[in-house]
Amino acid sequence: MSAIVFDRICKQFGSFSALDEVSFRVEQGDFFALLGPNGAGKTTLISILGGLARATSGTATVMGYDVVQDYRAARSAIGIVPQELVFDPFFTVRETLRFQSGYFGIRHNDDWIDEILLNIGLAEKADTNMRKLSGGMKRRVMVAQALVHRPPVIVLDEPTAGVDVELRQSLWAFIRRLNEAGHTIVLTTHYLEEAETLCNRIAMLKQGRLIALEDKDTLMGHGSARSLRIVTTAQALPDSLMPLVTGGSGPEFELKLADCCALEDILGELRRAGIGLKDIEVTKPDLEEIFVDMMHR
Amino acid sequence: MRFYTLLQKEILRFWRVAFQTVAAPVLTALLYQLIFSHSIGQHVEPYPGVSYAAFLIPGLAMMSMLQNSFANASSSLIQAKVTGSIVFILLPPLSYLEFFLAHLLASIVRGLVVGIGVIAVTLFFAMPPFSHPVWLLLFMVLGCGVMGALGIIGGIWAEKFDQLAGFQNFIIMPLTFLSGVFYSIHSLPPFWQALSHWNPVFYMIDGFRYGCFGVSDASPWQSLAVVGVTFALLAGITLQMLRSGYKLRH
Ligand SMILES: Nc1ncnc2c1ncn2[C@@H]1O[C@H](COP(=O)(O)OP(=O)(O)O)[C@@H](O)[C@H]1O
Ligand SMILES: [Mg+2]
Repeated sequence: MSAIVFDRICKQFGSFSALDEVSFRVEQGDFFALLGPNGAGKTTLISILGGLARATSGTATVMGYDVVQDYRAARSAIGIVPQELVFDPFFTVRETLRFQSGYFGIRHNDDWIDEILLNIGLAEKADTNMRKLSGGMKRRVMVAQALVHRPPVIVLDEPTAGVDVELRQSLWAFIRRLNEAGHTIVLTTHYLEEAETLCNRIAMLKQGRLIALEDKDTLMGHGSARSLRIVTTAQALPDSLMPLVTGGSGPEFELKLADCCALEDILGELRRAGIGLKDIEVTKPDLEEIFVDMMHR
Repeated sequence: MRFYTLLQKEILRFWRVAFQTVAAPVLTALLYQLIFSHSIGQHVEPYPGVSYAAFLIPGLAMMSMLQNSFANASSSLIQAKVTGSIVFILLPPLSYLEFFLAHLLASIVRGLVVGIGVIAVTLFFAMPPFSHPVWLLLFMVLGCGVMGALGIIGGIWAEKFDQLAGFQNFIIMPLTFLSGVFYSIHSLPPFWQALSHWNPVFYMIDGFRYGCFGVSDASPWQSLAVVGVTFALLAGITLQMLRSGYKLRH
């Protein structure tokens, strides 16, 4: 059974089509990144899982439960951290988390609540009113609220926006531990390097359509080709290499590198021409470059 | 458990600020009682043997109950919507029925607490005989229930605080003031008297007065029927709104 299944999901807002026949699966145990520029439909897709929005057509399931027909089971199986920073100013952190547990039918949840608070670095703020927390702390409470019922599937919609770098690291360490403990994680993020280091699978949305769905390694592999940067002893390269040059001017050049065999050929050419190497570097495109590349296609 | 948690939260949120949500309306009612019973009280006796000061008590108590039970549900919902924190009750597996009942009951509790407070402080002015306590309690609960349901409708419908204020000023206030809080409707000109008979709030107050004094303008059974039907109708509308996700789930 897949953790999440989207089957031909369409969502119209009036005549505007926010999602257009989106279908994909997230498998149990995945650390899944949902990427796409602003307005691509990521939040709308997540809202459909939590019942905050209803699909115009198509179906979605969480752990096998239909999000409309079986909404109670589906919502018990998923913890969603919404994108917008929201909080109830009437209560303390602990009260907020106790109420949230109660909404999921869980009594006496303090042990787990304490464990979450410890992990997100809020143990000392347990009895502080929500109003008195900084933005980053409120955001972390929202993460805690999504975890009170130990959901097998955890969805984070841009969770690190507004959280400072250090805390971002500890938050991800915690999420990664949850993933290792068997929770399925789905996240949307602006910080592509986060998706690159954390996730094993990546989907890309553009204007409501799914344009890529791949293992991260595959996606990173077939992105734009690798490139080679060399610093030589000469001011010019042999003519045979000129078609490969993408930038730089003597003695520093940048060359397109189709694959690793191409490297040997290039080095051979240089040797034959009697040109020495002072420095050499092979660079792999990062997710950001692949992302930008796909979005412009 | 889910329902009980939501109810507990809704009660706690007004109780935490009881100074504004309970003490303030009780004080307001006390001032009305003070001013009206002294300025008009000497000259009228609305029912034989019932002083104006005593007559005023159930009217004021009911008016305060109705306003506060409306305010409870509507302000809680509009606030949660405007701040966005409503997602925290939309994401869990709460059914629309649980959602409805929790907000409704919390409103009734607030209404009753305020109502009992108003009665308690106004007893210094006059002591109604409380002839039919069961009728009395029934109309208290039903009246608050009607306004609690209306509060949920208003809170869901309104997108801004001022829309809610409009709802309050143009619907709730006229209905309560044209219902015989301060007078027996028999003292009104025929047109307004006839109009009052179309106002469900009139029956809430009249039924409540019957519980207090054993006399009223309409029969308590008629009042019960009107108030009961009004409640059933509003509850039906509210449940339908919640079930369809109107303005809450797009
Ligand atoms: N409630 C709504 N009414 C009308 N349009 C909406 C609504 N919610 C989202 N949209 C539109 O749907 C598109 C997708 O939005 P969203 O899912 O928030 O994108 P993302 O999260 O990828 O930035 C946007 O163009 C947005 O303006
Ligand atoms: Mg978004």
